[in-house]
Amino acid sequence: MPERFVFSGLRELFAKANERKSGDQLAGIAAGSERERVAAKRQLADLPLEEIVRQPLIDPDDDDVSRLILESFDQETFRPLKSMTVGEFREHILDDATGEAELPKMQRAIIPEIAAAVAKIMSNKDLVLAAAKIRNVTRCRNTMGERGVLGIRVQPNHPVDDVGSILLAALEGLFYGCGDAVIGVNPAADSVETVGAILHALDRLVTACQVPTQTCCLAHISTQLAALNRGAPVDLLFQSVAGTAAANRSFGLTLAMLQEGREQVIEHHRKRDNVAWKGPNVMYFETGQGSALSAEAHCGVDQLTLEARAYGVARAFDPFLVNSVVGFIGPEYLFDERQIIRAGLEDHFMGKLLGLPMGCDVCYTNHAEADQNSVDNLLLLLAAAGCNYFMGVPCGDDVMLNYQSTSYHDAIGTRRIFNLRPAPEFLAWLEERGVYRDGEPAKFDASVRRLLMQGLESSLEGIA
Amino acid sequence: MADRRDELAENSGWSELVRRIRARSPARILAGRAGAAYRTETQIQLREDHAAARDAVRAEFDLNAALGVRFVERWKLFEVRTRASTKDEYLLHPSLGREFSDTARVEILRRCVQGQDIQITIGDGLSMPAVRAQVPALLPLLVEGAQPHGWSLGQTFAVHYCRVGILNEIGELLKPRVSILLIGERPGLATAESLSAYMAYEPRTTHSDANRNLISNIHARGLSAEDGAARILSLCAQMMKTGSSGYSLKEDRAALEGK
Repeated sequence: MPERFVFSGLRELFAKANERKSGDQLAGIAAGSERERVAAKRQLADLPLEEIVRQPLIDPDDDDVSRLILESFDQETFRPLKSMTVGEFREHILDDATGEAELPKMQRAIIPEIAAAVAKIMSNKDLVLAAAKIRNVTRCRNTMGERGVLGIRVQPNHPVDDVGSILLAALEGLFYGCGDAVIGVNPAADSVETVGAILHALDRLVTACQVPTQTCCLAHISTQLAALNRGAPVDLLFQSVAGTAAANRSFGLTLAMLQEGREQVIEHHRKRDNVAWKGPNVMYFETGQGSALSAEAHCGVDQLTLEARAYGVARAFDPFLVNSVVGFIGPEYLFDERQIIRAGLEDHFMGKLLGLPMGCDVCYTNHAEADQNSVDNLLLLLAAAGCNYFMGVPCGDDVMLNYQSTSYHDAIGTRRIFNLRPAPEFLAWLEERGVYRDGEPAKFDASVRRLLMQGLESSLEGIA
Repeated sequence: MADRRDELAENSGWSELVRRIRARSPARILAGRAGAAYRTETQIQLREDHAAARDAVRAEFDLNAALGVRFVERWKLFEVRTRASTKDEYLLHPSLGREFSDTARVEILRRCVQGQDIQITIGDGLSMPAVRAQVPALLPLLVEGAQPHGWSLGQTFAVHYCRVGILNEIGELLKPRVSILLIGERPGLATAESLSAYMAYEPRTTHSDANRNLISNIHARGLSAEDGAARILSLCAQMMKTGSSGYSLKEDRAALEGK
């Protein structure tokens, strides 16, 4: 007679059905044994989807993320799905008859908690297979996310925001065909002056070299808007978001701030008529499992489900880019390579299913049980899953945030292995400038070097 | 091997401007490539630096070993612990590193004066080498720099197995106006010696990161101890003036440079 496990509610069932994560253990909500874990998975697989909608894990009266999720839920599209169980829904997603055209139609009928539930009963390969069916395409100054495209964010951070170093690192990235997703700098100092200086410098660079890409300075939303109001050019408005109102509060963030900020940037784009805008996506969000627990704002809900809810926040603001920063948070939430890989695949799948242009910062910190090989592994798995973009950091070493991510070298290697190319407008630019030949980086000869020098000099004019 | 380097990695062909920038940046710029991969030297160097960072994380904090007996005596420093009792417990249970042990509370209340303008505390965080490298220069600069303002200073002490959230308990125990925590950052590959200053105005148990300000990357190839101290003190002044801290308080770089 098998041991019987009783779960006292959806919160407990959801938490215990997760693959092992140190963060759920830290929160005291993880399964106590492997058999309990599987019992929870089995019970979750038998749960009808409508039960998940009917019983919110976090009360909408207490939490504006729950309210946002329910307000943006499309009941009409949900009707044919509602009596399906989570297990049946998993098979429906994986079914040969469910293709690239069908999944996007369902997106607004899937609430984040449903995406989380189905992720919990999928294997790693399921997560890759299912995500690979979905392309979520977005447009700002170029077009990201089409099939066959792998974008890269150039991340040229510097410990004291030295503009020359930032620009040289960014230019090197361009010569590896990186930077089509965004040239995005995390500032070391969150001051309006610093953020404004970085935004102006990046804008001079893309203007001088006529690069069809967008730039961003990943400061707090209020700092970016203050810089905008002082005349700084803002292509993408960045913000970290989380899956509970309380966690967002710990970021100094409300949903109203996102709404107002987005409107302000759309208006700002309208005024910058010298830019050939390709489309209306102006937001950039970063997330990561464990952030709510880290802020002691998890409301007893597991970190995978809260991550899905962060995507519920993100999709309400039609972002151009969204990525989980999957290994950044540290071993107390994702202990080792195995947990980081699992979380990366879950995040990407859930984001794609919910309609987001998902990328991933495949990374680790030096206090986690991981190394460069761990990054290689997840990078290749996510490329197989059709991830929209990765990070490009010089040799993968972020010298400001002190963690290891993926590199310019990783970008060209991954594109070569999977036969992927940069965003179409960006690739045309690379080939026109002779930086790329036949879809690959050309040798860095004297003319390319000259181009780099000119770009650098004209964008540094008056400041170096 | 030199003849196999590609041109991008060569220093000689670059203009003075590129060479100057490259020299001042710790980033691994223009490393060259072997096909779609790193050159062997880059590959081995990355692993070597990762090994050093891993060892820095595992290094145990010891006040005298980190700062030297003379420095410890000069500043009357003492060491207390949080509720984490081992390195692994500290790494896996952050909340333990945000609360003092019972003996630590008694010791702190016995040796420190409450209600000062500024309380500076040292925490090992994730890098003992960062404390060893930065605190000997930074602490005296902060103390000297606070004097012209007439701010009263609390007794500095060091916290073993320390997390940033300890600021709240320091606030509750000692009730300073501004609390400054000098804490070892997570070691990167370029340096394991980077220190952060987390700061909060009248921190209390309910406070989160939203209530804190941060000056980070204090190390030899980042922010110098002199510039770090100036920015910390300038933020102190802003906090005292506005009676607040956190994301709504932006560092006033213009005021700093105007000095």
